[in-house]
Amino acid sequence: MRDTPLSNCERLFLLQAIQEKKRLDGRQTYDYRNIKILFGTDYGCCIVELGKTRVLCQVSCELVPPKDSRPTEGILYFNLELSPMASPAFESNRQSELLVMLNRQLERCLRNSKCIDTESLCVISGEKVWQIRVDVHVLNHDGNLMDAASIAAISALSHFRRPDVAIQGREVTVFSPEERDPIPLSIYHMPICVSFAFFLQGSYLLVDPCEREERVKDGLLVIAMNKHREICSIQSSGGIMLLKDQVKPVEMLLLVEGEHENHSSERIKPFPVLLCFSSFVLMQRKEGGKFGFAESLPIERITALKRDEAPVEMADVKDTAEEIINRTESSTEVYPPGLKTRERSAASPVLVATGTAQVGEGIVNSWGLEEDEDDEVIIEDKGGGNPRRLQNKGELELSLWLYFRLLYHTVRLHLFSLVRPGKLQDSEDLMQCLTPRVYLDDLEEGAGHTEEALMVLLAGSTSMMASSSGISSSISLQLVMSFVDF
Amino acid sequence: MAITELSALLKGMAGLELLSEQGYRLDGRKAGELRKLQARMSVFAQADGSAYLEQGNTKVLAVVYGPHETRGSRAKSLHDRAVINCQFSMATFSTAERKRRPHGDRKSSEMSLHLKQTFEAAVLTQLYPRSQIDIYVKILQADGSNYSACVNAATLALVDAGIPLRDYVCACTAGFVEDTALADLCHVEESGGGTALALALLPCSGNIALVQMDSRLHQDHLDKLMEAAAKACQDLSKVLDGVVRRHLEEVSDLTKH
Repeated sequence: MRDTPLSNCERLFLLQAIQEKKRLDGRQTYDYRNIKILFGTDYGCCIVELGKTRVLCQVSCELVPPKDSRPTEGILYFNLELSPMASPAFESNRQSELLVMLNRQLERCLRNSKCIDTESLCVISGEKVWQIRVDVHVLNHDGNLMDAASIAAISALSHFRRPDVAIQGREVTVFSPEERDPIPLSIYHMPICVSFAFFLQGSYLLVDPCEREERVKDGLLVIAMNKHREICSIQSSGGIMLLKDQVKPVEMLLLVEGEHENHSSERIKPFPVLLCFSSFVLMQRKEGGKFGFAESLPIERITALKRDEAPVEMADVKDTAEEIINRTESSTEVYPPGLKTRERSAASPVLVATGTAQVGEGIVNSWGLEEDEDDEVIIEDKGGGNPRRLQNKGELELSLWLYFRLLYHTVRLHLFSLVRPGKLQDSEDLMQCLTPRVYLDDLEEGAGHTEEALMVLLAGSTSMMASSSGISSSISLQLVMSFVDF
Repeated sequence: MAITELSALLKGMAGLELLSEQGYRLDGRKAGELRKLQARMSVFAQADGSAYLEQGNTKVLAVVYGPHETRGSRAKSLHDRAVINCQFSMATFSTAERKRRPHGDRKSSEMSLHLKQTFEAAVLTQLYPRSQIDIYVKILQADGSNYSACVNAATLALVDAGIPLRDYVCACTAGFVEDTALADLCHVEESGGGTALALALLPCSGNIALVQMDSRLHQDHLDKLMEAAAKACQDLSKVLDGVVRRHLEEVSDLTKH
């Protein structure tokens, strides 16, 4: 099945986002996705998850006669397969360019760099040697297969144990794992590939491209390095024109990333992860505990669907709110509604938040209306729209807008994990998700109570906002007050 | 057989003497010297463009057909530019041991892919929408720097075919031995276990079309290696330019009379 072509608008969107230094998943230019390495029950079996890209690797061994040109060395055989389950574009048994490239890169990264001591795999020189076969299967394609495959291969190789052998003259006895403990392979170093994708004729560079970014890339540069700052392989592909100066900073980057071994930053460099994982798994085995893929899959179960309702004292809400306002020190600058958005945002304490798409809220339909020249969107809040515009509409809409905005802030600050973005449509659900203390059944009783509802919300949420984000409650109230005319 | 035995023998000797104390390599060259390059263009009358290139002992034939209509599946043609189709193969007698599979194996497919990508970047494909340009390269004798020789030969063949290029595409290999960078490696030097970097460059702008390196190299040496390779490519471009001009002179002489 042919891969669905990428639409032009999507391509333009991605390229423009890259020009503005933004990525789809919010990463920075040099950020890696989260790497998870899981080992299976057999020695030499490993699954690597790089974000959503999943790769399975299995290492096996066999006694074979050696190559004529190298009678004293073992054989390393790499095979990477693009399983059709990974992407609709992959067809089984089809020799595609990507497959060739991945296979060759894997071979060059691991075999030519001599990371495994092949001489130790020799049993009888010229007659019998161990052939180590590394099979990599791509299970899910979400970009950057090369890195995932190299991590999977090297971790599977370090995890693998080959059977012990005894040689008596010409007789070779292979012991089963029960008779004698299997022996690990001797690995000199661990080369790991890092992919850099180039965009817009080499002017922009991204590390660890995801699938969408890969589609619009101009070229790819794959560099394999190990912990000792040795470059094991460089491969540029895609026919981009690089300048020598562009290759150099890439080296610097890898150097920087290597130093992060000691720091726990978000840029997870695979080396320490690998080392600790393999030792961890070994420990698990020894302790006799359960191990393997089945155990490492997270159990996702919804344990609670209902939240407690708690009644809220609504008697003198207005007075309490006024008290809070009077008690706090008033700031001298209160922005009048007529001020331009840009000036306002330059010095205001408005919380800048990346907005979730608030469909239908806040954005004014401009079809058929005159385009307002100074209609500038406030920073990144997509759903916020332009408050200046909204104040032309009724108070109800304004309050709704404000209310959603506050909701968003509070939810985002506290309960990010509980509320999935994009579900902000249903206000009642959201209110239920907030702290048990604030439950507004007033909302159901129509618009007349909106103001009161807002006051309660203010009282409840300002304290929350203040405590979590470090803004004093006065400022947060300011923020609220500046938009609303009570 | 002779070359593998020789390399095995050399390995057995005390250190592989890729660079002697006087600064001479195995074939008597200095560190930055290129091998002798001889080339002829228009060797085949049938093809649109052809070239034969000898870089030391490495002998390569390149043939170009095109631009012509997309053969085979229509789906492969691109609406705004030409498709470049490359096929790389080694003659069975090209290496020391007879090659059992001249094309179709992974290494050949990879080489074909790299050639295709290199030339997709260099050829002005926008001038020929919905067309196809075929490049066939065959190695008659392999003595190191196979990829580089192929690129150089293919460049000459494209020039012979009259296909517009951004610039000459010059490729060269470079190696690293004891703090010295060697340019234009032969087979023994490549397979000796040291580093080998292959670089395809457009000499006027300095743009890199392809960079490829295997085997370990410490990060600090990369700069030196890249510079040596780039310089070798620049030297090569002058030689290739000379070949093209001489050929044009010959051809114009013939047509004059």
